Amino acid sequence: MSSVRVTTADKVDEEIFTQNVESRSLWKDAIHRIKKDRFAVICFWTIVFYALIAVLVKSGLLVADWQAEVGQSYSPPSFDSFWKLFGTDIFGRSVMSKVIYGAYVAMSVGLVSTLIAVPIGVFFGAVGGYFGGLIDEFVVWFYTTVSSIPSIILLSAIAFVMGKGLLTLYIAIGLTSWVSMARVVRGEFIKHKSREYVIAASGLGASHLSKIFKHILPNVFHQVIIVGTIIFQSAIRYEVILSYLGLGVQGQPSWGIMIDDAKLELSRGVWWQLTGATFAMFALLLAFNIFGDTLRDSLDPKLKQ
Amino acid sequence: MGAYIIRRLLYVIPIVIGVSLLLFLLFNYLGKDPALVMAGKHATPERIAEIRTELGLDRPILVQFGDYLRQVATFDFGRSFSNRQLISDIIWNGMWPSLSLALPAFSMTLMMSITIALMVAYFRGRALDRIIVILCVMGMSIPSLAFILFGQYFLAYKLPEYIGIELFPISGYDMSFPWPYVILPAIIWVSVSLGTDVRFFRTAILDETHQDYVRTARAKGLSEQVVFFKHVLKNSMIPILTYVVIQIPFLIMGTLLLENFFGIPGLGSILIDALNTEDLPVIKAVATISCLFLIAGTLMTDILYSVVDPRVSLK
Repeated sequence: MSSVRVTTADKVDEEIFTQNVESRSLWKDAIHRIKKDRFAVICFWTIVFYALIAVLVKSGLLVADWQAEVGQSYSPPSFDSFWKLFGTDIFGRSVMSKVIYGAYVAMSVGLVSTLIAVPIGVFFGAVGGYFGGLIDEFVVWFYTTVSSIPSIILLSAIAFVMGKGLLTLYIAIGLTSWVSMARVVRGEFIKHKSREYVIAASGLGASHLSKIFKHILPNVFHQVIIVGTIIFQSAIRYEVILSYLGLGVQGQPSWGIMIDDAKLELSRGVWWQLTGATFAMFALLLAFNIFGDTLRDSLDPKLKQ
Repeated sequence: MGAYIIRRLLYVIPIVIGVSLLLFLLFNYLGKDPALVMAGKHATPERIAEIRTELGLDRPILVQFGDYLRQVATFDFGRSFSNRQLISDIIWNGMWPSLSLALPAFSMTLMMSITIALMVAYFRGRALDRIIVILCVMGMSIPSLAFILFGQYFLAYKLPEYIGIELFPISGYDMSFPWPYVILPAIIWVSVSLGTDVRFFRTAILDETHQDYVRTARAKGLSEQVVFFKHVLKNSMIPILTYVVIQIPFLIMGTLLLENFFGIPGLGSILIDALNTEDLPVIKAVATISCLFLIAGTLMTDILYSVVDPRVSLK
């Protein structure tokens, strides 16, 4: 009787081991899930498209001549040529090329300020969560202090202090957006630091630095990506508000500047500049929102079914 | 709980000092020299030195910081650079127009978004839920300035042309009878924030439906209505409450942009004017006041939190 049981168990074991069950890592699994969602795939390519436009504008291959006159002042949209689809602005410049140039400004503001905010947030979150104690108290005090200043005030204060321009936008938005990242990363580090793999690493003599960066950080990195996409898109929104407050880019077209211009144009019936900029921004933010949601759903083990 | 509240109150002190330090550094140390700003472009060096002494900028930095802390504690921020008015008066007078817009707009948004969120959470997974979620995401993706511009254009300029009556005046705000002037901005406020709010409340409610106690409630044979409205709703009030209270401080600020567009002389407008005229003391005062309100709001949330959820405590 007992021998029979052993053989069945052996057989089952063998079946499990010989069956070619493909194991997927968190990331492979997430990509697999996102690929199944057609909406998310479209959104992903939309973001890539905007990024491509940004690169082309930056390298001077696209709309380098956005200042050129293509028609009369304020001529309404027409299907004559691609550049006149959104009409012209007060100086007869193509609104279409300004919209395209704006995509470069928006993507670069999003990217650079995210690249500023993420390391700051990850650093404070990791250090506070990992070491705990007084260091953690300080970190929590510091980000509570920063988040006690309404972001629009902090943004305009930094922009006011630094003067106007693209660099100011990067730094002001970057320096105000890291708090959410620090909160999330700190929470994850507190959860992870007492897990077996970290204890095992300590047993093997891993240093603090190695435990933080080599062991824990890769395991919480998906959270960094998720919060990063949120920071990216809110940076694009802040650009518009700062431009409206007169603290935006100078001498370059941006969606914020275009929307700001529109407040005087609308009463004259010139609606195309506002429509063009709004539409371009809407498509990008929508893609970000939907893709970000899918990314979160597929990377967060709790939300998986 | 009493001990918790006292400890939480004490925790406000380092935060207020931190915020003051940060604002002080930003405005007095890293920023433009207030004396240069005040003196204008064509001032002589003697005049600048004079202003410097007058403003106390020639004193040690620590003394200046102590001075600023005193200002924060007494709400006495001196006088505006541009019109020499007392800043505390400017802020006091600006608060009411801000509130006249913010209060109705905020309560309207809240009622509508909680109702819609309850509805979609109850019909979760069905067509209605899907459609509303899609609408919310689309609404969230439209820049708020576009909402304001299009809303003002169509409802305040275009609509009167068709129906012949001006429903929404957009200038000439009158404090004694503000209602006609705040209806349109309030409608725009609701449409700007509805998407985000509905989505947040829906998630907060749905998070609860996966909890163990919900399964227990169903298992003991309670009807779906009782489970939803009695058990789920009560528990989802915690995140909803937090979200609501944390927004209250922003009411004082009004929304910067709406006030500016509709000529409402609230704190938002004051800040924008001050930014344009580089009126440093006013910017500093408005910034400080809104920080203090935000700190008070967070404090209130935490205390309310401990009232509704006895598990909460400082570690």
